[in-house]
Amino acid sequence: MLNPVLFWSLPLALSMLALAMVCACVRLIKGPQAQDRVLALDCMYLNGMLAILVLGLMYGSAYYFEAALLIALFGFVASTAMAKFLLRGEVIE
Amino acid sequence: MNQVALALWAQIVIAMLVLAGAALALLGTIGLLRLPTFFERVHAPAIIATSACWCILTACVLFFSLQGKGLALQPVLIALFIAITVPITTIFLMRASMFRARQAGQDVPANISHGAPSGKKNF
Repeated sequence: MLNPVLFWSLPLALSMLALAMVCACVRLIKGPQAQDRVLALDCMYLNGMLAILVLGLMYGSAYYFEAALLIALFGFVASTAMAKFLLRGEVIE
Repeated sequence: MNQVALALWAQIVIAMLVLAGAALALLGTIGLLRLPTFFERVHAPAIIATSACWCILTACVLFFSLQGKGLALQPVLIALFIAITVPITTIFLMRASMFRARQAGQDVPANISHGAPSGKKNF
């Protein structure tokens, strides 16, 4: 327990982010239309990226940034591709 | 990992920022879950990409800059990337959703880019 305040606050923040991901997952399963599901996935990747950043703070390692950056990158590509698919019926024309 | 013991003020500031960011993310996702229609729901997650993201990334900058290895600005890269990409995704998703609502015959505004000058692509 090197940093006592962080020792207690970071797991709390992590559990809040996990709860947020559960909420997004409920919307993903429930979502009446396809665009609700895409929006829920979009929200979920942002929450997951924030959770990975908090994990990086928890373990004091800078290597988690690369993972967060990759999640941000692929999440953007995936969401845009799915939105394009909903719009046109094809991803690349 | 060889962590450095931080001063109490730094720990409190980092903890406040991380908790505020996580609470805002939770708030945005609860909005996503509870708002009734898609066009209302699409607003809620914007708070994750702006406030929550910037809070947690500021905490990261503080934490890694106070480790005694110089200024760590890599988190700002993620924040800038998110700030650039999330509006693009949201606009695409909105246009797809408007298109689908029009196809389904719902009462949504007409496509104003339909008569756009040639050369502009009509999404």
